[in-house]
Amino acid sequence: MTAGTAAAAALDPARDDSAARLPTAWRLGLLRGAMEIRMFFRLREQVVFTFAFPIVFLFLFASIFHDDMANTGSTASQYYVASMTAAGIMSTSFQSLGISIAIERDDKVLRRLRGTPMPPAAYFLGKIWLVLVTGLLETAALLVFGATVYDVDLPSGAAGWLTLGWIFVLGITGCALLGIAISSVPKSGKSATSVVVLPFLVLQFISGVYILIDTVPNWMLTIGSFFPLKWMCQGLRGVFLPDAAAALEPAGSWEYGRIALVLGAWCVGGLVLCLLTFRWKSRSDG
Amino acid sequence: MTDDVVRVRGLRKRYGGVDAVNGVDLGIRRGEVFGILGPNGAGKSTTVEILQGHRRRDSGEVTVLGQDPGSAGRRWRSRVGIVWQDQSAAAELTVAETVRHFARYYPRPRDPAEVIDLVGLTDKAGSRTKALSGGQRRRLDVALGVIGDPELLLLDEPTTGFDPVARRQFWSLIRSLADEGTTIVLTTHYLDEAEALTDRLAVIAAGKVVAEGEAGSLGGRAQAGATVHWAEPDGTARSERTDTPTRTVAELAGRFDGEIPRLRITRPTLEDTYLRLIGSEDK
Repeated sequence: MTAGTAAAAALDPARDDSAARLPTAWRLGLLRGAMEIRMFFRLREQVVFTFAFPIVFLFLFASIFHDDMANTGSTASQYYVASMTAAGIMSTSFQSLGISIAIERDDKVLRRLRGTPMPPAAYFLGKIWLVLVTGLLETAALLVFGATVYDVDLPSGAAGWLTLGWIFVLGITGCALLGIAISSVPKSGKSATSVVVLPFLVLQFISGVYILIDTVPNWMLTIGSFFPLKWMCQGLRGVFLPDAAAALEPAGSWEYGRIALVLGAWCVGGLVLCLLTFRWKSRSDG
Repeated sequence: MTDDVVRVRGLRKRYGGVDAVNGVDLGIRRGEVFGILGPNGAGKSTTVEILQGHRRRDSGEVTVLGQDPGSAGRRWRSRVGIVWQDQSAAAELTVAETVRHFARYYPRPRDPAEVIDLVGLTDKAGSRTKALSGGQRRRLDVALGVIGDPELLLLDEPTTGFDPVARRQFWSLIRSLADEGTTIVLTTHYLDEAEALTDRLAVIAAGKVVAEGEAGSLGGRAQAGATVHWAEPDGTARSERTDTPTRTVAELAGRFDGEIPRLRITRPTLEDTYLRLIGSEDK
């Protein structure tokens, strides 16, 4: 007896749905994205804190360190607008996904989904849509705040917006995939916050988010260079600071080519990492 | 060639050196309500999780709807409904939103409004899941299990924590699904539930099937001797265990010349049989 004949025999003719098409992963990804966004906005507290967090940090840092930076034609406040925009993108993607997926796994939401014909890709696509929308709103809020309060020059031409656009898309995608990957590390949803927040905090220090890039020790910066955040900060400084400020950079230039390369590599590598390590059940669940 | 929806031969699963399932054989036919009964830790949930495709087996042959659940794809998943024990439906969505969303995953779903009505949640369709009671959430779980119009529905201890009224409502829901032709497999440790709902059942103890059959004849229950109880004229209660209760009653009728005081004939209940089968009979 082959599997084929068994399948045919076990098929109830009255319920034969082999002719009905299974919905595509892309379509279900859109549906899941819409649902994730709806759920996100129903949690008022989460919405307020997600959007307020980088703005509060920007306010703190930009108010404490507001001096002109020597020979750059820019102020520390402007520097922090670029930094906090990058950190905000990573927070809405890496941090929020890393924690929320770990909790969903622990609450068996993932196991339930796995019991339906929903393809795994639809779940990931839904998360990416959520992150794109929340990240975009958060970045917009931060830039409006930065432009009005700290005189940051928003890009004047299409080229500047285009640069901002590709850094945003590559950065948020790479960080989202990294967040999905790290969600498999914590043993339970309860420990997820600590597991995800510590590396993120360390990365922010060694990538020049809180501390000016020319002050961060070289060895730290070298470690930071392996991760997307350092390159997102650098690229956004290129967008928001005058050209003269490139003198502060370790390489003396914005290095857009290298930024694209590293962020692109994280998108591909992050995807592979997710596919290899993603778990639908918590470890205690076998 | 049988028309078995579920076929299990020699199923084994070990956790850390302990046999959770140790050579289980099952055959479940199309359209039947099949119960898996057993004490906690007997291997019921492990068996059902292997049937669902959510747990790997160590050895044995498992075929569910003609395929191995361990390697089956989306098409197979669209034909199998699962009712989970946990309350993992999204708290921030309403009942209607949740059911409608899950309907989109399937190639040929049932009508969401009709399913919500079937599980008796029409009044709660606009409520968020977090506002539902425990019993209502479980009914939402059932709605999500049947929304894809499955051929086979797998339920793991579906009524644990229900109050008696909710259990009765749940039973009639399961019966109406069975009447529509859905094959239903459920685990339970409630004997009345097994007796009321199932066409056939298997008793699992210590990872093995110790008996299989209809609730009424399980474990030789139909052939087991009856006990005739009566009272002597002085009021002393008497009882006699016999394989021929009719003859005993006829003899008594002769002796008493009329009504036999406090006459009662009992056969082992499912609970007696069950306790004997799982080896914890009260001796």
